[in-house]
Amino acid sequence: MNETAASETGSGRGADKAKPAGPKAGRVDPSLFVRKTPDGLNQIDLVVQDMHCAGCLRKVERGLGELPGVEYARANLSTKRVAVRWQPARLKPADIVEKLADTGFEAVPFDPKLLSALDETEERRLLRALGVAGFAAANVMLISVGVWAGLASDMELSTRAFFYWISALIALPAIAYAGQPFFRSALRALRARSMNMDVPISLAVLLATGMSLVQTIVNASHVYFDASVTLLFFLLIGRYLDVQARAKACSAAQNLLGLRAMAATVIGPDGTQHSVPVENLEPGMKVSVASGTRIPADGEVLTGRADIDTSLVTGESVPTAVSPGSKVFAGTLNISAPLTLRVTKRDDDSLLAEIVRLMESAEQGRAGYVRLADRAARIYAPAVHVLAAATLALWFALGAGWETAFTHAIAVLIVTCPCALGLAVPVVQVVATGRLLKHGVLVKASDGLEKLADADTIVFDKTGTLTLGEPELVSAGDAGPVEIALAVALARQSRHPLARALAAHGADIAAPALSDIHEVPGMGMEAMLDGETVRLGNRSFTGADDEVSSHAGPELWLAKSSDAPRRFQFADRARSDAAETIARLTHEGFAIELLSGDREEVVRELAADLNIADWRAEARPDEKIARLEELRAQGRKVLMVGDGLNDAPALRAAHVSMSPSSAADVSQTAADFIFQGADLRPIVETIRIARGARHLVVQNFGLALVYNAVAVPLAVAGYVTPLIAAIAMSSSSITVTLNAVRLNWRRID
Amino acid sequence: MAVLIYLVPAALVLGGLGLAAFLWSLKSGQYDDMEGAAQRILFDDDEMENPPPPKNDPEKKD
Repeated sequence: MNETAASETGSGRGADKAKPAGPKAGRVDPSLFVRKTPDGLNQIDLVVQDMHCAGCLRKVERGLGELPGVEYARANLSTKRVAVRWQPARLKPADIVEKLADTGFEAVPFDPKLLSALDETEERRLLRALGVAGFAAANVMLISVGVWAGLASDMELSTRAFFYWISALIALPAIAYAGQPFFRSALRALRARSMNMDVPISLAVLLATGMSLVQTIVNASHVYFDASVTLLFFLLIGRYLDVQARAKACSAAQNLLGLRAMAATVIGPDGTQHSVPVENLEPGMKVSVASGTRIPADGEVLTGRADIDTSLVTGESVPTAVSPGSKVFAGTLNISAPLTLRVTKRDDDSLLAEIVRLMESAEQGRAGYVRLADRAARIYAPAVHVLAAATLALWFALGAGWETAFTHAIAVLIVTCPCALGLAVPVVQVVATGRLLKHGVLVKASDGLEKLADADTIVFDKTGTLTLGEPELVSAGDAGPVEIALAVALARQSRHPLARALAAHGADIAAPALSDIHEVPGMGMEAMLDGETVRLGNRSFTGADDEVSSHAGPELWLAKSSDAPRRFQFADRARSDAAETIARLTHEGFAIELLSGDREEVVRELAADLNIADWRAEARPDEKIARLEELRAQGRKVLMVGDGLNDAPALRAAHVSMSPSSAADVSQTAADFIFQGADLRPIVETIRIARGARHLVVQNFGLALVYNAVAVPLAVAGYVTPLIAAIAMSSSSITVTLNAVRLNWRRID
Repeated sequence: MAVLIYLVPAALVLGGLGLAAFLWSLKSGQYDDMEGAAQRILFDDDEMENPPPPKNDPEKKD
């Protein structure tokens, strides 16, 4: 067993020895996220995004089990979280994160504040209600079968009464408990003076139960506890499937939110450093920002020069250089050298918070959308009640007893019970969500599919959406192979995105040996080659003259003291299938628009490449929203595809939205769909599946209506007992479910 | 039919045991990670059952 463990973590082990002690710079201090368990242990929850299979699961759990003092380590593959409990005296939380990093997994602490809100999820409540309803349905059925058999043979009245009372004893508490999800939702709808599917369901269940209780007390011949309990059981199955699909999407979103929870390293007046959560930062505090970490708050640079990756905020892929006095924004990434900042704004006044606020106000515009199922319920539910009341009145008018009249009215309620209607949407949604997940698309909003099927206009962001968001070398100018090799050798030592692009371009070039390589923050790389200084960096650093025509994209210069500086030009290339995807979408009748925060010449070039006639450049977040409002006012239904933090409000304001999985956390949280991979193809696929799903939903509504058209007249005429109605109702639900599964077989190409 | 006085409660108790077991399994978090549970079947060795004894210090390995 030791051997397997060693071989699995072998690669990490060697590196372990060489690594200096202490937590790696740039990680969030996990000790802020530690909770105490009642039995005196420490607990932390970590998000481990790369956990995908049984092998990962085992590596993570076994790696943690090897740490001294760890009492419990359990990974959850569905939520990608790991819970660890340990004896506080024997282990530091940073060691846990370190250990996982050695095993090859990047772990980020998950905010326990978010976690405590999740403890009692809707999913669990429904599952418990489902268990109770299942138990009650099985036992009440068992007794009911006995009663029916008793009708054929001769059952004594006292035995039947005993059976009925037992049924009542099981059914009443079970209905009181398992019916709550429906009763609550019905009450909420009624309080808001509207109707939903749960109103007739609750009414049917309560009426059938109440009447059965009265029948039991007077020892009459028919009770319908079985009908109401089985009805609840089947309905809960549908409801559970729906919630489960949504919970899955939610947990992914919460992991993203958890990642946002950050800590900052504050430098006290006495020079001591300590970690505090970002929400506790106050203006005037001094904060140190290590290279490779995000800026924790809006502020002003005190000391240090560095390159800042602002792509999260502006969507611009080329880093900007900052020096003392420059303003920096929370959420941007420091990529080159340590900085000290003076905080100028509190966490809730930061630009990031401003964007979140913009998002929330955009959200309100969206709330007007009514889901298909609810629209159906608005017409259907009143119709059902009128029908049932009419049946009751009709039978009274015909001179029947209250018992017969009520039985028939309840049969009408149950037979029209919108089970099939209630299932029509969620089942299709579950199937479509599952299918999209296999294609690498995560459906986050439950009404996303419906809205996507309506979309007729697509607005794309540029950087990171149509393009990969990473610069690529497009031209090495007049640099020869020797100079390219030299530039690559320098570039390999830097974390700057342009340098990395250059290094990636020359991955298999044998580079000359350089000595004394170091990075000049905000400028470039410098090294010695055979006693000569070589530099790779920006224009002023390498002494290139300003007259050379500027090109639209970013550039790097290579300077050797003996030679004229050489220029390397970069561009943020379009994704490989961007042109094809745009062509296909145009062919399918979508109006395509490009809305970017980037500079005009870059946007114009890309729009021309991809054949997009309608484009706008240098659009700020509020201008993006304004454009979307304009389109909405024209009656268009817009699908917004974007990734930057600056797109997040627009993603919220659009009718429906998608984000690539490389997008900023906030944007992923804002989007209705998240797609993975380097291709744009999933957009086309998702639209097709959404349209297929809508087609099936309409078909399902049709099926449910046909079934009602046959069953309702029979029920009104009194040919259907509540039990038969319950059975017929279930069979229509099954038909609808099977129809929905067909989406899995449908070809999308 | 007097036997029903015993049989019906017996049936209910058995069903109730099943329900109690389900509620317990739900409460102890066995439904929290359906995907992980499916994958855990593939662990083919017994060591997951018995976590490594404390004396097995990581430093001592190889």
